[in-house]
Amino acid sequence: MNLDIENASLILSAFLFAVGTAGVLVRRNAIIVFMCVELMLNAVNLSLIVFSRSLGLEAQVLVFFVMAVAAAEAAVGLAIIIAIFRHFEGVNVDRFNILRW
Amino acid sequence: MLSLPSILQEAHAAYEPILPAWILLLPLIGAAVNGIGAFNWRANKAIPSVVGPAAVIGAFAIVVANFFAMSAAAPHDPTIVSLWTWMAAGDLRVGVDLQFDQLSMLMMLVVTGVSSVIHVYSVGYMREDPGYSRYFAYLNLFVFFMLVLVLGANFAITFVGWEGVGLCSYLLIGFWYENEDFASAGKKAFIVNRIGDFGFLVAMFLVFVHFGTLSFESVFAAAPTTLAYGGAVITAITLFLFLGCTGKSAQIPLYVWLPDAMAGPTPVSALIHAATMVTAGVYLVARSSVLFAMAPVSQAVVAAVGAGTALLAATIATQQYDIKKVLAYSTVSQLGYMFVAVGIGAYTAGIFHLMTHAFFKALLFLGSGAVIHAMHHAYHAVHSHEDPNDMRNQGGLKRFMPITFVTMWIGTLAISGIFPLAGFFSKDEIIWYTGAYGYGILWGIALLAALLTAGYMTRLMVMTFHGENRTGQEAQSHLHEVPAVMWIPLAILAVLSIVGGWVNIPDALPGLPAVHALHDWLHPVFEPARSILEGHGVHAAHTSPIGGGEAMWAGISTVAAAVVVLLTFRALVRRSWKPAAESVEPTGLAGVLYNKWYVDELYDRTIVLPLLALWRGCWRLVDAGLIDGSINGLAAGTRAVGWIGSLFQTGRVATYMFYFVTGVLVILATFLL
Repeated sequence: MNLDIENASLILSAFLFAVGTAGVLVRRNAIIVFMCVELMLNAVNLSLIVFSRSLGLEAQVLVFFVMAVAAAEAAVGLAIIIAIFRHFEGVNVDRFNILRW
Repeated sequence: MLSLPSILQEAHAAYEPILPAWILLLPLIGAAVNGIGAFNWRANKAIPSVVGPAAVIGAFAIVVANFFAMSAAAPHDPTIVSLWTWMAAGDLRVGVDLQFDQLSMLMMLVVTGVSSVIHVYSVGYMREDPGYSRYFAYLNLFVFFMLVLVLGANFAITFVGWEGVGLCSYLLIGFWYENEDFASAGKKAFIVNRIGDFGFLVAMFLVFVHFGTLSFESVFAAAPTTLAYGGAVITAITLFLFLGCTGKSAQIPLYVWLPDAMAGPTPVSALIHAATMVTAGVYLVARSSVLFAMAPVSQAVVAAVGAGTALLAATIATQQYDIKKVLAYSTVSQLGYMFVAVGIGAYTAGIFHLMTHAFFKALLFLGSGAVIHAMHHAYHAVHSHEDPNDMRNQGGLKRFMPITFVTMWIGTLAISGIFPLAGFFSKDEIIWYTGAYGYGILWGIALLAALLTAGYMTRLMVMTFHGENRTGQEAQSHLHEVPAVMWIPLAILAVLSIVGGWVNIPDALPGLPAVHALHDWLHPVFEPARSILEGHGVHAAHTSPIGGGEAMWAGISTVAAAVVVLLTFRALVRRSWKPAAESVEPTGLAGVLYNKWYVDELYDRTIVLPLLALWRGCWRLVDAGLIDGSINGLAAGTRAVGWIGSLFQTGRVATYMFYFVTGVLVILATFLL
């Protein structure tokens, strides 16, 4: 497998996505979990940009959508995390398990 | 000049029923008005007093007009009035059709005529009852359904009337529903009748399967060619029909409800449980005479059951002390006679007895109602709780109630078959034909039951009206004759009980003009059945099974009945009874008869209790075990599944993320592999 710019970027994207997934799964701090989600989104953005080289500019349009959603999500998510912090006096997601049956 | 046949031909076309629907509508409107009154102006007695009797008398007037129109026209075939189609499905078409022929006309005359008299009487009898308006609503509704029954031109409409009168009977038996015994008597009547109705329904289904129609006219026209004479099908149809009749007309084995039906007001007993509704079974057999004529086995069953009932009920009546119970068993017994008549093929005799019985039995019941009315008032005045119905508490009432006394003796002599009252002609005709058609044993039973009838009726009269008064010193002074609104109906029925038999006087009686009015009137209705019977060699003999002609046996039976009346009177008039409260229950044979041969107890042990045990078992096994078990099991299973599912919901984001990633990996794996 020759390591041209496209392949290298896709591998990087997959690596970033895996790091983000792993972070969401193993970390307990809500802020870090949140950052890992952002990482996953940006990994996807990177792969979209790579594909836009061969498939056309529509993929880059999608990147802007993802960024807009991520920004909105950051606003809402951070607000929720602040609310959780005030209520539980901490942001450990394991303590936040009251939303069940 | 026109020849006679062409005049008749013209006359045939001439009969058109006058206001046919109004015959039914008037009682129905009366029921509606009184029913509204029962809710809205309960205290108002004027409206029911007018509307109740007027609705029935109006219907009676229309029926009389129709009767004259029909006798002028003398139609050979029934006139069918189709009102509308009730149901149509596939080959089945059931119309609301009314059949005007000589049989339904006679029944309508009896029903509306006797009802009119009894409605008037009820105005006096029920005056003080808080349910006065409700009473007239039920009574008018009953007349409506009874007219539907006799006017129905197909089995389905007749069945509607059949069920309707059963409903009204139930409502009126349990009229004083605060008394639990009375309410249970109503239930008993209804449930026992259901058993019979099941038979009627099965017969109706069989008729539809084999004839494709329920209309009387088509079925009876097709029957002789469609079905084999004496075959299994026709026998089954007629036996199931007869099962229905045993329920409605209180024959063995379903007669047990009628004596208990005396819980209702006495005019109800007179109208429904003596004069009209209970004769519906006799009417149905007569109406289906073509079918019964084709099934000799069924005919024999009908006649045998009738004779058995006549004797059994007569024996029980001899030892009852409740005045209404005596009359109730007497009714069962007389209905037995009617079934003997229609069973042996003497249809006119059966309908004749139905008519005369309606007169004298209504008279006797209304007379007993007058007695109970007087007794009730006397006891009420002195705050006594003695039973006003018990004949042991009565006695010597002739001094206080002369009109009731005289009219009830007329009824007693009429039912006993004393010449020349109504019962003599009708009962004698039945007894004579039973012998003449060769049913020797039934003939003997019928004669014996006739003598018992004379005996127990005389006993009733002696205990009620003769001898010493046993009502008690204080209450005695409050006994008095009933008001005119009650004794005038008694007088009307007494006149009918005397002259009612003169419409059919056999040729054989010497010195009397032969009258065939009833026979000729009913001839067109029963002619098909008679010709079937005669086609199979069924003829009336001219001598009884042990010799002697009709005139001789008529003389013997009336003299014998008179002797029994006199002997019973002489034997009992000096006997002193103790009031009911001081009496002990009779023992020996009298005890067995007093307890009605223990038939109720027998049914209780052999049918009611085993059924109750069976259903209790079914309740425990099927209802509580199977049905409740499966429902509860399903609920428990659902809960368990839900609990297992809830284990996956931890509320922790990381867990959900883990499921999510696992799921994505699985999907990717399936795509890649």
